[in-house]
Amino acid sequence: MSINRITVDPVTRIEGHLRVDCDIQDGRVVNAWSSGQMWRGIETILTGRDPRDAWLYTQRICGVCTTVHAIVSVRAVENALAMEIPLNAQLIRNIIMAAHGIHDHLVHFYHLSALDWVDVVSALSADPKKAEQLAQSLSNWPNNNAAHFAQVQAKVKTFVDSGQLGIFAHGYWGHPAMKLPPEANLMAVAHYLEALEYQRKANQITAILGAKTPHIQNLAVGGVANPINPNEQSALNMERLAYVKTLMDEVQGFIREVYLPDVTAIAALYADWLPYGQGVTNYLSAPDFPKDGKGTDFAMPGGYIPNGDMAQFRPITHFGDPFFEQNVKESIKHAWYDGNWTRSPYQEDTVPKYTDFDENGAYSWVKAPTFADKPAQVGPLANVLAMVAAGDERTRGYLKVAMDRIGAITRSEVPLSVLHSTLGRHAARCVRTQVLYDMLEDNYNALLANITTGDMTTFNPPTFPKGEQMGFGFHEAPRGILSHWIVIENGKIKNYQAVVPSTWNAGPRNQHDEQGPYEASLMNNPILDEQRPLEVLRTVHSFDPCLACAIHLHDNQGHDIIRVNTNL
Amino acid sequence: MNSHLPPLLDASTSALATTGPTPAQPLALDEHLELHGLSRRRFLQFATSITAAMGLPATMTDQVLAAVEQQAAAGPARPPVIWLHFQECTGCTESLLRATHPTVEGLILDLISLDYSETLLAAAGHQAEQALHDSLTKHQGGFVLVVEGSVPTADNGNFCKVAGKTPQQMLHEIAPHAIAAIAIGSCASWGGVQSAAPNPTGAIGLQEALNLYQITKTDGAALPVINLPGCPASPYNILSTVLYNLTLKQLPELDAQQRPKFAYGRLIHENCERRPHFDAGRFAEEFGDDGHRQGWCLYKLGCKGPETYANCPVIEFGDVGGNTWPVGIGHPCFGCAEQGVGFHKPLHEQAKNVSLTSPSIFPGIITEHPGGATLTSAAVAGAIGGGALVYALGANSKLKALEEAEAQAAAQQSSAVSDA
Repeated sequence: MSINRITVDPVTRIEGHLRVDCDIQDGRVVNAWSSGQMWRGIETILTGRDPRDAWLYTQRICGVCTTVHAIVSVRAVENALAMEIPLNAQLIRNIIMAAHGIHDHLVHFYHLSALDWVDVVSALSADPKKAEQLAQSLSNWPNNNAAHFAQVQAKVKTFVDSGQLGIFAHGYWGHPAMKLPPEANLMAVAHYLEALEYQRKANQITAILGAKTPHIQNLAVGGVANPINPNEQSALNMERLAYVKTLMDEVQGFIREVYLPDVTAIAALYADWLPYGQGVTNYLSAPDFPKDGKGTDFAMPGGYIPNGDMAQFRPITHFGDPFFEQNVKESIKHAWYDGNWTRSPYQEDTVPKYTDFDENGAYSWVKAPTFADKPAQVGPLANVLAMVAAGDERTRGYLKVAMDRIGAITRSEVPLSVLHSTLGRHAARCVRTQVLYDMLEDNYNALLANITTGDMTTFNPPTFPKGEQMGFGFHEAPRGILSHWIVIENGKIKNYQAVVPSTWNAGPRNQHDEQGPYEASLMNNPILDEQRPLEVLRTVHSFDPCLACAIHLHDNQGHDIIRVNTNL
Repeated sequence: MNSHLPPLLDASTSALATTGPTPAQPLALDEHLELHGLSRRRFLQFATSITAAMGLPATMTDQVLAAVEQQAAAGPARPPVIWLHFQECTGCTESLLRATHPTVEGLILDLISLDYSETLLAAAGHQAEQALHDSLTKHQGGFVLVVEGSVPTADNGNFCKVAGKTPQQMLHEIAPHAIAAIAIGSCASWGGVQSAAPNPTGAIGLQEALNLYQITKTDGAALPVINLPGCPASPYNILSTVLYNLTLKQLPELDAQQRPKFAYGRLIHENCERRPHFDAGRFAEEFGDDGHRQGWCLYKLGCKGPETYANCPVIEFGDVGGNTWPVGIGHPCFGCAEQGVGFHKPLHEQAKNVSLTSPSIFPGIITEHPGGATLTSAAVAGAIGGGALVYALGANSKLKALEEAEAQAAAQQSSAVSDA
């Protein structure tokens, strides 16, 4: 049987510019290449600037993974200066991280990936009464009723009848791989629209503390710029904090009563897809949500799991942990940069050299990172597995709820091994969202408790000694572990590199010609219609690709430089 | 079968559309609102606020309302929009997800027809290209082009490719057929973060790219470009631009940098709620100090409000009130919207050329010199009222002297007129 090549370019419903090529034989993917298509050079631009300004630039690496590149940047500078920040500042950052993460996961599932599984046009033929029965069997959400579903259906009908399908034109409606009954599609479309409302509420939490979003503007090396003063209008006061709490309560209902039931129901209704999309099973994640100002005690564990073997889990324990620092390398063998080396971010140089798409040579702007000389998958699945391996009770609890729900619909015992899959990544992201809500609540309560003690401190001023300092910061961002690496010389940035989640996942083949996680996960995927490769999108989207992040740049001085990859 | 369906729908969609319901009568606005869970009252509030956002007098709310109603009743006539992403971070698209009046779903389901957007399009690859091709073919000379991101000029633009094409190639193919273009965000307006020195990819904004590559409309006329800088652009600036166009059937009035005056007509410094502290000389010196905790001016921390034209203090972010914008929560503005300031000047460097223009809430006491008696009396009243307010807040001496001279001159003139 002949081998056919399909190229999906652009891959849509992601951040950035991604091209994916697959070889198809007998309806299966037999080879795959992932290619990042944009480069901006932000690390280069940072050279020579004030380290206190870096976060404003790095945050612009990505507007979807906004926030995370700002937080990890100030962490990197603080690490280089061996600084501690006030507890209030840490807690305010944590609340923003949790709210941003919840928004990001909701948008990813409903608005960026659900249309791979949900047929909008099929919803037109659903019976709203039956949709109500289905939805109410899953949850008690107040809007799960026939009247609401009928309204949504009428809205979709009006839209389709207008003849202007806008973003829904040429979607994969009626594709043979679309298997949900019309009522499930109608319920999902209703929740697609409702999720827009709830992601806005999560964003409003970020805006109250972060001043705006995307691209928060309340950070500082040494803490945050939010003054706390219960007796002042122009400061973080009780009215602002009460607003945060009100929004938290509203968001909680949606992620518990809608998101979790939807993801598990779709996973169960597509149970035949559970075997697909495994790919790389070395999992890497960062611990996060520090409980102190130093970053030595974390509420969400992280670390490294080789070969999917939970018994071999090794935690990363603190900011600056050398276990992480010493095992990260990047290769440019198959990327559009001059040279052929594998180096630590501290030692990288990056000189762009575009040569067009050559599947045996260079074919991407994304570099190929390795951990302990092996490719690693990052993201919510890696994070959830690490938390389970570390014995985190809340994560185990939510995961059990999710697995039981899938099992109840498929009427079978579902082993945890199904998590190593395309649908497993969606399920893990949803489980992580539940934990993130707990983080939101814990850190909010801790902030109030700390303010009650009379501690209003939010900022420790940094001092930059003469000479050279090196450091890195990490953050478990929505798309996985993110790290920024900085070298400071006489108070100026000498080198800056970002190693980003989407770099870990979207990277091309590495120094040993091993596939990156996107590429490996596509292997053996079924392809029912080569002209409409919906299944390729399913697997690639399950990682929540972010290509602006995956490709940034580094300095072009050519020596002792750190390179940065944004992969969130 | 609905005759409005685009001609190149793929087979499955056509089949489903055929078996679907017959075309409904266009819904009245009230019915539309009901579908969106919006009450008529909330919609009126929306029309009022959007009218204000456009800088139009409140008396035009009815006109805005009528335009939106007409748009809703007209059915298939949602203006087609092709949204291109070049060197960008998708933050401007993301900012629309945060808008509440209207919402992003209101925008793309009711107000415009977003025919191509890599971020939101259900289709990918060839099907995505088909969607772009369809809209381009069907709406020659009739669609609005939105560009998010800068255009790389170094190395033939190879730093950014979509479906194998560079931004330069895409502009050559698409821009000549647009009716007008909106450059959303600082990247598309003037290059944005990646144009910061040393600008490794040679990033430039849309207007500069059109000039450089000599791209015009098919008839040789210049393609009108509206710049909406900001990092990201405030979602209300693009929403208001769209509404302005739908309502008044023309493009908004622009300043020399092609920015709508309704959004960029004043410096941030002129509308900042901390301006009285500036005038009184009360400054925060460090994050968390007493002045910072009392909401004093952030000028000495490097605030670029005095150099940056934008409506952040007026519109704020996230629709949560309470001074939710950077200066409002305690962080200096860093001039993200202003070319030559954002990503150019260090964060903590103090702004230069501080303007003494009065905040918009003050009467025009310095620059206006009315001639007639009635107007003069008004000016006197204005001078006294405005002056009193400024003094109460402790205006700086320079401003005070200017006002005194102005008030005195006006009073003398007024007195001379009444004596006559």
